[in-house]
Amino acid sequence: MPIERAGLTTRRVGPVRLLAKMRDAFAQVPLLGWLLGALAAVIVERFAGYPLALDVGMSEMPALFGLENVFGQPALIPGTILYVLLIYLLPLGIVAWLSSWPANWLAKQLLRFPQRISLLIHLALLYAVLSQWASLGDYRVLLLKFTLIAIIVTLSLNVVNGFMGEFSCSHPGFMALGAYAASVVTVLCFVHNKILGAPLLPHAPGLLIFPLSLMVGGLVAAFGALFVAIPSFRTRGDYLAIISLAFTFIVKSLIENLEIVGGARGFMGQPDFASLPAVFVVAALSVLTINNFVRSTLGKALNAVRDDETAANAMTVNTRRTKMTAFLFSAFWAGVAGGLFAHVIRYVNPGSFGILKLSEVLAMVYLGGLNSVVGSIVGAVGLNVLMEALRPLEILKWIVIPVLLILVMIFRPTGLVAFREFKVEEMLKPKMKPPER
Amino acid sequence: MALVQVHNLTVYFGGLRAVHDFNVVIEPGQIRGLIGPNGAGKTTVFNLITGIHQPTEGTITLDGKSVVGLQPYQIAAMGIARTFQNLRLWRHMTAIEHVKMARYSQLSYGLVGAFFGTSKRVREEAETEAIAMRLMDMMGIGRLANEVVTNLPYGVQRKVEMARALAASPKLLLLDEPTAGMNPEELREMVQVIRQIRDRLGLAIFLIEHRMKVVMDLCEIIQTLDFGEVIAEGMPEEIQNNPKVIDAYLGKEVVI
Repeated sequence: MPIERAGLTTRRVGPVRLLAKMRDAFAQVPLLGWLLGALAAVIVERFAGYPLALDVGMSEMPALFGLENVFGQPALIPGTILYVLLIYLLPLGIVAWLSSWPANWLAKQLLRFPQRISLLIHLALLYAVLSQWASLGDYRVLLLKFTLIAIIVTLSLNVVNGFMGEFSCSHPGFMALGAYAASVVTVLCFVHNKILGAPLLPHAPGLLIFPLSLMVGGLVAAFGALFVAIPSFRTRGDYLAIISLAFTFIVKSLIENLEIVGGARGFMGQPDFASLPAVFVVAALSVLTINNFVRSTLGKALNAVRDDETAANAMTVNTRRTKMTAFLFSAFWAGVAGGLFAHVIRYVNPGSFGILKLSEVLAMVYLGGLNSVVGSIVGAVGLNVLMEALRPLEILKWIVIPVLLILVMIFRPTGLVAFREFKVEEMLKPKMKPPER
Repeated sequence: MALVQVHNLTVYFGGLRAVHDFNVVIEPGQIRGLIGPNGAGKTTVFNLITGIHQPTEGTITLDGKSVVGLQPYQIAAMGIARTFQNLRLWRHMTAIEHVKMARYSQLSYGLVGAFFGTSKRVREEAETEAIAMRLMDMMGIGRLANEVVTNLPYGVQRKVEMARALAASPKLLLLDEPTAGMNPEELREMVQVIRQIRDRLGLAIFLIEHRMKVVMDLCEIIQTLDFGEVIAEGMPEEIQNNPKVIDAYLGKEVVI
């Protein structure tokens, strides 16, 4: 609903009452309606974004919902607010509100089909929104890809640090393994490389080989995880943290000394396979499988092991196998994320998988919230957007972000949305029946 | 045939002999008690039977099969479930998740089911949920199923733990001080629940208890342990009047 206009015409109602009414109206909008609204917003931006941006004094469309202007060009803040309001919030609100009835009807009809179909439709809509938004600038595409990859890594680390309650520092190492393994596969197959030689395959089946190479990356990472898991899961405590930290450094120096993949100079020439749809599909797959896993009784066993291992063992849970499986699964997805990362920037060097990467991923996990799939998504998106928005502050960024993290740790020690289940079936449901007043 | 036979069970912790030459034969459907002063080794006996500690000597058989040397989860899956003296609940999980967790060994959907949500997984999870719900209703805590356990009152937490043990479909249930810290009302209720469990599910129960009233009410046979050795065994009345027991245990402090 248009906020300011409604406010003018129904002044007698009072702003509090109006807000309550709006909240009721929007509470009935199902996810489908919000996605339609978002789609409308990005389509409006496509046609009206550029002229409006010029009108309010910007030289181009704001890349990040105007957030980058808040610190970058404070003079533009009023114009930016107007832009965000007109281009994003207004179409989103109007379409979501108008579509609430048909979207509810559609969501209700979808209940008759298997949940998978409804899920696919929602994901397709989400992809449409994201790709539309990203199509208006290369920067947006890159940011979106990095954010999606960050979601995969954060989720996979949350499986170990949140759901299982151990402390693993080895995810940069797994990412490095995945990145190099996947790169070697694709370069070997499709690119003429000085050391690895002529391409083995014609370029055509690239889209078939790319998922395979990611898979190889994930499996290599999972294999590497065995070397961490076998010694450290014999006991609980700090052992995993120490061994996994060592693992990250070992992987890094191993790659630095492997001439065949370029050593410390890095490894380049990955074919351009990591398109936005590819990254999106892999990210969606990772969210779904990880969420499926942690919501099953098999996955809940992780929580049982975390909260009381003796009790879990006494209740028929094979705790050692549970821990191993979860750790390897987590490493697999970190490896896949590494493979994607390598193909997005089409260059990897061992330096990017060090302690800095580790702190970044840990920050995303703990900011978003332990033991929560939604939390990891919030953390990954939040921190990525924040880092970009604070870019104009330059070096001060590295003061603001840690301070924010400390504040989160003080006021919400387990993270922003910790210990909440991500109930997909609840999200897809229609939200019928307005509360009568 | 006896359900569980424990023969000549002995364990040393370093130089300390915690349990010495402990023997017990548990018949199906029997309720047995194990009493004794603090530090007598009662919980150690339970830990030995459930595989948390390994005995130095002796044999433990369930249905004629030895369980010595098996991992606790294997023994639990074979049919010996237990509760703990100080509740061992999983503090972030809801009551029903606790009960479902004890069905872990019965789930067969595997990792593929866990990752991709196959129809087999959906079916098995639903079955498990139904079983868990039935057990919780039997314990009278069905309406609290979706509460996180740390938010529940103590008596209910005890029942959650018991429902969880029952969900493993045990043949023998070991209860380690099931009424510890309960008020008289909760106590009466718990005695009824224990009897009900035995009558409805037909399993054998072996319990450690400090409150004489509970032991005397429930148990058919009672063993008394002192310094790791059985000093008396018999019917409740015999135990009550046994001078050794009174010396070791009842005589020191008056317990109702």
